[in-house]
Amino acid sequence: MLLEVSHLTTEFRTRRGIVQAVRDVSFAIDRGEILALVGESGSGKSVTSLSIMGLLSSNGRISSGKILFNGEDLLTKSEHALRHIRGNNISMIFQEPMTSLNPIFTVGDQILESIRLHTKLSKKEAQEKMLHLLDLVGIPNPAKRVRDYPHQLSGGMRQRVMIAIAMACEPQLLIADEPTTALDVTIQAQILDLIYRMREQFNISVLLITHDLGVVAEAADRVAVMYCGRIVEEGKTADILSRPAHPYTLGLLRSIPRLDDNSQRLYMIPGMVPPPEEVPEYCAFADRCERATDKCREGLPPFIALKERNVRCINIISEEA
Amino acid sequence: MTDSAITLRKSSKWGDMWASICANKAALTSLIFILALVLTAVVIAISQALGFQILPYDPNVGDMDKAFIAPCAEHWFGTDQLGRDIFSRVLDGTKISLSVGVAAVSIALISGTLLGAIGGFFGGRLDNLIMRAMDVILSVPSILLAITFMAAMGRGLDKAVLAIGLVSIPEYARIARSCVMAVKANDYIQAARVTGDSNLRIILKHIVPNITSPIVVRATLGISSAVLDTAALGFLGLGVQPPFAEWGDMLARSRSFIFSAPYTLIFPGLAITITVLAFNLFGDGLRDALDPRSRRR
Repeated sequence: MLLEVSHLTTEFRTRRGIVQAVRDVSFAIDRGEILALVGESGSGKSVTSLSIMGLLSSNGRISSGKILFNGEDLLTKSEHALRHIRGNNISMIFQEPMTSLNPIFTVGDQILESIRLHTKLSKKEAQEKMLHLLDLVGIPNPAKRVRDYPHQLSGGMRQRVMIAIAMACEPQLLIADEPTTALDVTIQAQILDLIYRMREQFNISVLLITHDLGVVAEAADRVAVMYCGRIVEEGKTADILSRPAHPYTLGLLRSIPRLDDNSQRLYMIPGMVPPPEEVPEYCAFADRCERATDKCREGLPPFIALKERNVRCINIISEEA
Repeated sequence: MTDSAITLRKSSKWGDMWASICANKAALTSLIFILALVLTAVVIAISQALGFQILPYDPNVGDMDKAFIAPCAEHWFGTDQLGRDIFSRVLDGTKISLSVGVAAVSIALISGTLLGAIGGFFGGRLDNLIMRAMDVILSVPSILLAITFMAAMGRGLDKAVLAIGLVSIPEYARIARSCVMAVKANDYIQAARVTGDSNLRIILKHIVPNITSPIVVRATLGISSAVLDTAALGFLGLGVQPPFAEWGDMLARSRSFIFSAPYTLIFPGLAITITVLAFNLFGDGLRDALDPRSRRR
């Protein structure tokens, strides 16, 4: 396993007291695997990724758990060692390609900087590598584009540049935090395809954070569904999307508009996501769940292993669907 | 193909900025004017140091018989209440006014930006400490505070410059802080962290270049107020001492003759106005040149 997160709990100090954003989350990513972390806004996906990077804001802290990267616990590393790992072994791309490039430097400058920071290449070699990278991520006429400023590129192009920068240090793990959310659909597919190709070519692992199940279906090998800071279901993409076992996963899937469905109204999960400080100590979905029984409110359901997947529910949807 | 593209790119960064300034006629004219002022000041200072006068008259020695001569062929800008040639004094004043403006602004700019950037970047207690100190400075009228500084340090032009610089630190600190906080929220700062940049590197490489525009604009405006503040201190007997020529001081001392001999005020006043205007227009052009998004192409 390249990355093993076990029993990670991350909390934030806020005016309303301590709020847990990530609760006892465990998952693992193998070399060359794409794991998607899916959930609504506020379900703790991004905080999970920031916890792995060690980039929580000053009021956040990891209160328990382990994050093993190549077998070493990142939580016990010094800031200096972490910085080294961040640059060389783990890279990250962000949701908003409009703001993730520095507006006052040309894209060439920014890619070169990343290359020179992490490799000992000479200036000339670095420039060759830069052009190679840009070519790799599918930017036409790279020698000309390196002189452009970020505002002269389209969103999709900028995301490609971000990927080039992320790939510059040849990472083992790429964290992609909603990489396609800000892009339109055709570009989304291209960017996903690009991430997929990077994986094939460099055997990198990808932690793909998204709320878009379409993205999951297209790119991920495995999925972990998060709800209120907890993982509720985890398993192979094909299994989960075709036969969801957790009522929440089913609810998410039913909320997607379909071309072949003629019903007038789209399905909606009843109720609201509870605010983080009101997440109950029993199954957080119980209060919105159509299948919930009194037993659901008695305590946190354990993970139930079910043919290559784990489900945190005591009323698992069986093969009936 | 590779090589030519890269060499082009390397030289283009400054080239782009230069081209942008050249495209802005007002900024270019202002730059030329500012350079001419600097040249004037330097030439006068050198000639005086070498002991010969290149100005038409000695700027500090008057002839009471020739007081209040209106502008004429002999005295282009007229003479003041002590019979000194105003043209010579205005030219001579370039030295002091220019250096005072630039020096005071530099002090405020550098320390203010640094303090504000540190506060904005790290936040928390350090930020609180810095910004409350700035509030204290801001809460006292700046001239009063400058006088207090000088009372403690003693009189003299150098101390006046220091005092004026110190009292305008908070303005820069506040601008820098708010800009840093806005820039800090951008993903590219996070992205820089992700690629393993240290805080210092992030501040110098990503934050400072992104906050230069507003600060440069404030600085060019600040030069004018620094010149005027120096005049105010001079008028109170704390800044430049008579008989030396300084534009603000000339203005202050001849204000009682505004109706009888307006030319005693008009020319030093014009000198201040045009200089300030030139700095402002140049600052405007510089801001555009520094920001690739507003660069003319």
